[in-house]
Amino acid sequence: MAIIEQAADELQALAASGPAVREAAPEDSGEAASWFQTAPMVIVLALFFGLPMLVVLVVSFFDFDRTDIIPTFILDNYVELFRSEVTLRLYASSLKFAFIVWAVTLVLGFNIAYFLVFHVRSLLWQIGLFLVCTVPFLTSNVIRMISWIPFLGRNGIFNQALEGAGIVNQPLEFLLFSDFAVIVAYVHLFTLFMVVPIFNSMARIDKSLLEAARDAGAGRFRVVAEIVLPLSRTGIALGSIFVITLVMGDSFVVRTMSGGQSASVVSALQNEVAGLQYPPAAASAVIMVIIVTLMVAGILRLVDVRKELAG
Amino acid sequence: MHSADDARPWTFYAFAAFFTLFVLFLYGPMIVIYILSFQGPSGGMTFPLNGVSLHWFGALISQTRVGDIAGSFVRSIGLAALVALVTVVLSVLAGLGFRRRFRGSAFAFYLAIASLIMPGLFVGLGIALAFRLLGLETSWYVSGLGAQLTWTLPFGLLIMFAVLGRFNRSYEEAAIDLGATNWQKLREVTLPMLLPGIIGVALFGFTLSYDELARTALTAGSENTLPLEIWAMTTNVTSPTLYAVGAVTTIVSFVVIVIALSSIAFIQRRRIRGARDATLASAE
Repeated sequence: MAIIEQAADELQALAASGPAVREAAPEDSGEAASWFQTAPMVIVLALFFGLPMLVVLVVSFFDFDRTDIIPTFILDNYVELFRSEVTLRLYASSLKFAFIVWAVTLVLGFNIAYFLVFHVRSLLWQIGLFLVCTVPFLTSNVIRMISWIPFLGRNGIFNQALEGAGIVNQPLEFLLFSDFAVIVAYVHLFTLFMVVPIFNSMARIDKSLLEAARDAGAGRFRVVAEIVLPLSRTGIALGSIFVITLVMGDSFVVRTMSGGQSASVVSALQNEVAGLQYPPAAASAVIMVIIVTLMVAGILRLVDVRKELAG
Repeated sequence: MHSADDARPWTFYAFAAFFTLFVLFLYGPMIVIYILSFQGPSGGMTFPLNGVSLHWFGALISQTRVGDIAGSFVRSIGLAALVALVTVVLSVLAGLGFRRRFRGSAFAFYLAIASLIMPGLFVGLGIALAFRLLGLETSWYVSGLGAQLTWTLPFGLLIMFAVLGRFNRSYEEAAIDLGATNWQKLREVTLPMLLPGIIGVALFGFTLSYDELARTALTAGSENTLPLEIWAMTTNVTSPTLYAVGAVTTIVSFVVIVIALSSIAFIQRRRIRGARDATLASAE
């Protein structure tokens, strides 16, 4: 059962930067021990994350020909990127997906968390239902994605049902291999990342606060709008960061579910990599990281996650 | 908020219906592909079922133009076990280290968070480029392993933060007061108390590695892991074999999840019983 609490708490810990860091008294003798204990993880992350990201930055200034990358310092990759009209279209496409998926997962996530926290009374049921929402996260994303194919296809279950019920005369074509299918798959894969942090924020709301508001004559809707919503904003911010970075960084879902008809910034980048055009791909990655970082910073500006969780 | 006997408001039923629909949305498509994986030999990618058979599971093993499913399965299990092991050791160590404030702790923390949020394909691209520039071959057990650790280690660390945040340090102090060495304290007090959390870290490490795609895509080298093999299948296999492999891989995930959760539940139950027995004994 601890695992459930962990799943809920890990996101809280994310913003609290480790509760212990703040609370523990500094011990001089312990500092060396802490270094030894954290060193292995820091070394692995430096070697396989820090260093590679630096390499991406460096290579984005390299030149290339048909087979190789040529060490030099040029700005051509960036100039090309900013000149091309495709760039703008790709970013528009990625941002569109990110915004729609964010809005849908937020509504779903908020309501699911609200149900689990305020309507489910028994702790055992709460844990059980939370697990039901969490378990798919630990199974294959590719399989969960392709499991929509028999549903949405031209002769799929959805169309069969619609025709059977006499709602449509001929199968709907837009269901599979379309933006619609991409969004369905994203929502299916990523709603959990919204549910868990919002659940965690809501679980810490003092329930007597809601009772007091109700006794003072506030209706259901006002209680949600004026108490639950503001007090869940940390979770909403964290969930938003997760969903937006996941959608902006995706290429696999958009490729499969759009049947190659839609593209995103990262799926275009993946094409460049497949064509061994590493320097332009690297430049594209650098710009994308800057944009996503700005978006995350913007969310963190709206909601001071650290202060809220520390308090 | 409620006492046990007051009536449920109508909103409860509305939310319950909404939640049920969400669960259907979450599981419905998956259940459908498990059913379709038993499609008869002449059946297609969707309903109706043309008989029931194990034909498509057989096709997985006999490897007719499907690719190296068996080989990639073995590789993925091995890699997942390796990732789980490294993630457990490194995250537990780092979690313990983070209990004190130390110079560089903020840097280490933000390095882990950045590693978690970074799009996986970029990490893979960076590792592939670094290996290329250094003249090294990429392989699933070196570059692939490293790439997956950039994803599982931050998760492991965050889980350890959550576990250690609830950890009562007075047990450790008691051990020291009773004359335990640092090593005895760690082995006989700290680690056993953290065991459920450690199992949680192992579960995340294993399943996240076993299903990882974006980070592994450019770093696995010449031999594919299972998710890469399945990904390749989605573009060129148009038979229920795809569903059969989906059913098999999901069963593996579920077995791992059930083993982890039930061992955590077992430990917790034994603890509650132990505490009750101790209370009874002291009462006599």
